[in-house]
Amino acid sequence: MNQRVTFRGWWLPILLIAPQVLVSAVFFYYPAGQAIWQSLFIPDPFGLSSRFVGLGNFEFLFSDKYYRASFLTTAVFSILVSLCSMIPALFLAVMADRLIKGSGVYRTMLIWPYAVAPAIAGVLWLFMFNTRVGIVSWYLGHLGYDWNHVLNGGEAMGLVVIASAWGRISYNFLFFLAALQAVPRSVIEAAAIDGARFWKRFWTIVLPLLSPIAFFLLVVNIVYSFFETFGVIHTITSGGPQQSTTVLVYKVFSDGFVGQDLGSSAAQSVVLLFVVGLLTIIQFKYIEKRVHY
Amino acid sequence: MKNYLSGALVAATLFSPISSAEPTEVHFWHAFSGRLGELVATQVGDFNASQTDYTVVQTHKGNYSETLNSGIAAFRANEQPHILMVFEVGTATMMAARGAVRPLHEVMELSGASFDQDAYIGAVKGYYTSTEGDMLSLPFNASTPVLWVNRDAMAAAGVDPDTDLSTWQSVGTALTALKAGGEECPLVTAWQSWIHLENLSAYHDVPFATQDNGFAGLDTELTLNGEAQVAHLSAMGQWAKDGKFIYTGRRNEGGANFRSGECALFTESSAGYAGIKKEATFDFEVRPLPYWKGLGNSPQNTIIGGASLWVMEGHSDAEYTGAGEFLSFLSSTDVQAQWHQDTGYLPITAEAGDATRASGFYAANPGTEVAVIQMTANKPTANSNGLRLGSFDQIRGIIDEELEGIWSGDKTAQEAMDSAKERGDALLRRFESANR
Repeated sequence: MNQRVTFRGWWLPILLIAPQVLVSAVFFYYPAGQAIWQSLFIPDPFGLSSRFVGLGNFEFLFSDKYYRASFLTTAVFSILVSLCSMIPALFLAVMADRLIKGSGVYRTMLIWPYAVAPAIAGVLWLFMFNTRVGIVSWYLGHLGYDWNHVLNGGEAMGLVVIASAWGRISYNFLFFLAALQAVPRSVIEAAAIDGARFWKRFWTIVLPLLSPIAFFLLVVNIVYSFFETFGVIHTITSGGPQQSTTVLVYKVFSDGFVGQDLGSSAAQSVVLLFVVGLLTIIQFKYIEKRVHY
Repeated sequence: MKNYLSGALVAATLFSPISSAEPTEVHFWHAFSGRLGELVATQVGDFNASQTDYTVVQTHKGNYSETLNSGIAAFRANEQPHILMVFEVGTATMMAARGAVRPLHEVMELSGASFDQDAYIGAVKGYYTSTEGDMLSLPFNASTPVLWVNRDAMAAAGVDPDTDLSTWQSVGTALTALKAGGEECPLVTAWQSWIHLENLSAYHDVPFATQDNGFAGLDTELTLNGEAQVAHLSAMGQWAKDGKFIYTGRRNEGGANFRSGECALFTESSAGYAGIKKEATFDFEVRPLPYWKGLGNSPQNTIIGGASLWVMEGHSDAEYTGAGEFLSFLSSTDVQAQWHQDTGYLPITAEAGDATRASGFYAANPGTEVAVIQMTANKPTANSNGLRLGSFDQIRGIIDEELEGIWSGDKTAQEAMDSAKERGDALLRRFESANR
């Protein structure tokens, strides 16, 4: 028998969902609506006048081949950041989970980088890789490698990816560790008695059990790399050399806050909103099916 | 008798709009921190101590871009300061914002403070003057690019430190000799667009953009892909390829390389003086910015960089009077001469320059006068008054990107500048339509 629990009347259900609706309305629907509204105008920076242009801002954006190219840059950047922040995090979590003595110290140390603000992380990495005084580039120079991210786009991309992923490793580590500790010991012990070695147990038992959290982290990391990385990019490369690290969100920031072009900036955030919405739908529709809860 | 006196006192208090009890506050937002911030605070303190009617309140609002942003955001929230510091690339944005700013000459007229537009150096005020010849904002810190020479590095590479470096032709010869002499960083630069395109154009008297570099109207188009600019950038591109010109970044990153003694030649603002003098442990010298002999109408004059002070709309007449008094104080000869000598920024009035010369400062600090002479040697032409382009901060970003294409060898100078023109023009058209 399929039994449905129903509330009598409307007041209680409305009251129960009201806080969530209110929060979404204030912090999501209202600003998103504002962005969509603004994207239809070309305002002057001071807000003295505003001209309605319909979809003119979008037309201007998509007729710019550099803007179109920035989608590819963003895809490469997001995939790299997600991979570089999740794989080491998982590895470290597995290692930390095996520790018997002093695990608290290791865990604390591993979580530390998350407390560093993105812009400061950017400066730290920039300093280490500075083409003239950076310690890493100095060592690389001794190994015969001439590091120059101010002119080499690939190196610049690598640097912003590392700087963006670094702090996220801690965040992901925390989730993976919690998930690992939730894996039932009995299952693992049973497998061990059956003669499965550590990595065999990891691939066949632990990893599938981690898939819900891994999926959650994938979504969160993609959203992070789309929206929260402009601080790092701003401090390290400012989108250069040429356009090799100009991701979509950095362009929103620089056009809006440096260039004072609020119409174009709003239109770009609308585009970004759709891209991330689409990605999340795809992830839930296709990848989630392969996740075991 | 006593009654008459108190009656007169009451009347005087009633009818004078500015009572001495409460000084009128004038808010001043600027972008200076560190040593420069201290010097600004001193100027403000001196002004406040010099009279009792007004109190100027100075606030540091971050770097140039952040200060402009704060000003704009404050205006939208109706909380704008009286005086806002805006860097030179924001000039067109401020000028187009009629209704948000009050032109300097109107403020000065209203305040009755002493103000003689002819006292300001033409090449400095030109950047901030309307086509009718009225000053719209007060130049505050102005500098111009010069060539910094590490004499020790020259000698170490076997090049005579006194060799002629007045033209890019002779610089080219020197670079070859430096490279051959084992110098790993013969030439480095700061602010590449400002020095190697904007100033290069003015110095050779060729247009950077149509409509008198944007002074004559918003319907301007970039002409930075002209013969002179492409010739210079081609040579620079070749030097980059040969390892004679080292690219270090879009801003003034190269300064660290020069001050550490690593590089022989450095094109940088004259305002780099304080930092270089403080840190350099080698024998350095200031030379005029080189020009290409036979190209354009060189040497014309170089243009300025830096910031000016804008007065914002929406305040009372009494406050404008205070703002005018303060700006007049800043322009006075003593204050200007001191500022010029402390910072290496150009004096904004000819008198301040003369006072500095008379004090023996130039004689005691060789090279400090180079920038002043280079700026004022010729009367500015339509090509060398300055630039007035909308969205110029973004256009500079585009130019930086395209220049990187040249330095890395991905693009020829002509390809890069054609692309910069196309992309920059699109932004100019957008700015035009936003401010029609």
